[in-house]
Amino acid sequence: MRWLRQTVAVLSLSLRTIPQRLGSSAVAIIGIAGVVVVFVSVLSISAGFSSAMAGSGSQGRALVLRAGADTEMTSGIEGPEIRIIKEAPGIRREGANALASAELYVIIDLPKKSSPDLPANVPLRGIEPTGLQTREEVTIVEGRMFRFGTNEVIVGKAANRQFVGLNVGDTIVSGQKRWVVTGIFEADGGVAETEIWCDVHTLQDLYRRINSFSLVMVTLDSTDAFAAFSEWLMTNPQVNVSVRRENEYYQSQSQTMTRLIDTLGFGIASLMAIGAVFGAILTMYTAVASRTREIATLRALGFNTSSVLLSVLAESLVLGGIGGLIGGIGAYLAFNGYQTSTMNFQTFSQVAFAFRVTPALLVTGLIYALSIGLIGGLLPAIRAARLPIPSALREL
Amino acid sequence: MKFLHLIWMNVWRRRIRTTFTLLSVFIAFLLFGLVMTIRAAFSLGVDIAGLDRLVLINKVTLILPLPISYQRQIQQTPGVEFVTHNTWFNGAYQQPNNVLVTIAVDPEPWLAIYPEFIIPGEQAKAFLSDKQGAIVGKDLAARYGWKLGDRIPLISPIWQPKVPWEFNISGIYDGGNSVDKTQFFFRYDYLDENRSSQLTGQVGWYVIKIADTSRAVELGETFDTMFANSGSETKTTTEKGFVEGFAKQIGDIGTITVAIASTVLFMFGLVAASTMVQSVRERTSEIAILKTLGFTDSSILVLVLSESLFITLTAGGLGLAVAWLIVQRGDPTGGLLAIFTLPLRDIIVGIGLMVLMGLVAGVMPAMGAMRLRITDALRRN
Repeated sequence: MRWLRQTVAVLSLSLRTIPQRLGSSAVAIIGIAGVVVVFVSVLSISAGFSSAMAGSGSQGRALVLRAGADTEMTSGIEGPEIRIIKEAPGIRREGANALASAELYVIIDLPKKSSPDLPANVPLRGIEPTGLQTREEVTIVEGRMFRFGTNEVIVGKAANRQFVGLNVGDTIVSGQKRWVVTGIFEADGGVAETEIWCDVHTLQDLYRRINSFSLVMVTLDSTDAFAAFSEWLMTNPQVNVSVRRENEYYQSQSQTMTRLIDTLGFGIASLMAIGAVFGAILTMYTAVASRTREIATLRALGFNTSSVLLSVLAESLVLGGIGGLIGGIGAYLAFNGYQTSTMNFQTFSQVAFAFRVTPALLVTGLIYALSIGLIGGLLPAIRAARLPIPSALREL
Repeated sequence: MKFLHLIWMNVWRRRIRTTFTLLSVFIAFLLFGLVMTIRAAFSLGVDIAGLDRLVLINKVTLILPLPISYQRQIQQTPGVEFVTHNTWFNGAYQQPNNVLVTIAVDPEPWLAIYPEFIIPGEQAKAFLSDKQGAIVGKDLAARYGWKLGDRIPLISPIWQPKVPWEFNISGIYDGGNSVDKTQFFFRYDYLDENRSSQLTGQVGWYVIKIADTSRAVELGETFDTMFANSGSETKTTTEKGFVEGFAKQIGDIGTITVAIASTVLFMFGLVAASTMVQSVRERTSEIAILKTLGFTDSSILVLVLSESLFITLTAGGLGLAVAWLIVQRGDPTGGLLAIFTLPLRDIIVGIGLMVLMGLVAGVMPAMGAMRLRITDALRRN
């Protein structure tokens, strides 16, 4: 009990004197805050990207691609195979109508709002009328659905925000083709919101891909129907395709990017953290040095060595905590929800997403900050505890 | 110069403090070097992309093909030295998702138009005489242990029905630091003869070498007008502009990396500055004595500034050197960053930043020391 009281007394003394050492304390706090800002903001990019991709797929839907193709972009399926695919068991049917949409996925060049001089690869997806029924989450939020058989298109909400000239009523000029925007749609924040949708047959004409598609998107009877559906297609000699659940497909698409960002983000933040530890050590040494007489006096009065040691450590932890909070809050305010778009490495097409500063990231950042404070305070604390009292009292 | 010893003694007056300050600055410039390398990697080699080469693509999108007949029309335009065409193959090696940068080229003009690829003469000859020949980058060959003469099967989901496509390695190209050495080039005639017949005679994009770079824009417009209202309209840009545009699509990596580098340098610059402030403050009476002995104000200024410059230049220089060494070991991600090099420009910028950091960190205490009045300083104690 006495020991605890002593420790608290010494600690409150050191905390109350922090303002006198504001300069050097600020160096440690700013250093630690810097580490946390960089760590949280870089990783919030990959958190945002992977959540956009992961949120895109439903477990109840499947994509049928050509065997060997790992993206919609490189896949190609001819008309006769499409007919057979639509007959597969496990597809949900409404009357005679299978909930399967044969689609063509391409990209077109449109300028980004952030760099209007440079073209960006915006995905353009041709769908069949069943395309909307297979995707229940899609709702038109402005204007109306396009009419099949025309050159009308609807535009995802994120595409509308990121690229130039995609408002309802606008005309998109692409080569000699003119597309008219009739509506804006939402898709639960998924990747589809970065796409432009049109009639697949109109798109085939433009790309001179007569009766040629990229994929078939199907709604399964139930999530368990996948095995039967896949089995039937894989063993059918008339088609040469591969089948994936939609959510797994999008997850695999985000891997390259998130792995790259995470590796770089962790690497940079770790090196910065080492640097910040050095900064914290300097600060705490200075703190101990400037309080040499005070600490020696306390020790002479009979205060315990371990209370002195703990108080220095605690001060360093407090500085780390303050730095971590400033960094975390700063990163949250500056970057959370920041809208941007990048290129999906697998399909070369644009994906819009928002930076996500998740609670887990903030907690990790704070733990980083506290560890830096703790490690930084260790050596100076030992030094303070070991100060030879007589010579220390004589100092200055 | 005769005060070097004095500076040296001052630097090491507080050993622990100096050591950790040096370490902080070391980390700062190590990070600077690595971050700039990442920035260069994401710029996809834009520094070496030719201004005397134009890229002509389908106006709708890069992925739509162009007819091979355009080649003759382009070649006949005055101001064009040569023209060649490239076609994206999307070849996957061993696994369907392990897609390499594989491009079908017209061998002879291709060898002529890219002087940055260094290929031994006999290997170039072998490429010209073998229809299934391929020329691959040094880094790519090293990654899979390929040697000259090896037979490599690749699968392409775009260009079926042939499975697999087989290639003989006729050559391995090398190049400067900022050349992407992970690409795989093979002959267009091999592709064209073996793909489905409705696709024959189509190419991906054209690369045009022009005689006079100042005419780039004008020539680009000439081509785009030439093919306007045809089945495939075109868009022509300089190769540099094309690569830049592609890199920008990934995102504004430049801004992000510069922001990180600035944060880092600010953080650790502050550490250096606070060290200098303390170290000069501790020596107030000493400086006063130096002045009494006849040191001029400006020599005091130089003395303090040299001390802080010593710290930033030694530690920063070491940091940058270590960053350079790490970068020499190659891309840590195993192929995601094809160009992994610390550009000379950034090394020079880094040295400039060290000087700047040293001056900024030292200037306040140095000015204070210079202005110090001997009588005040000696009275303080």
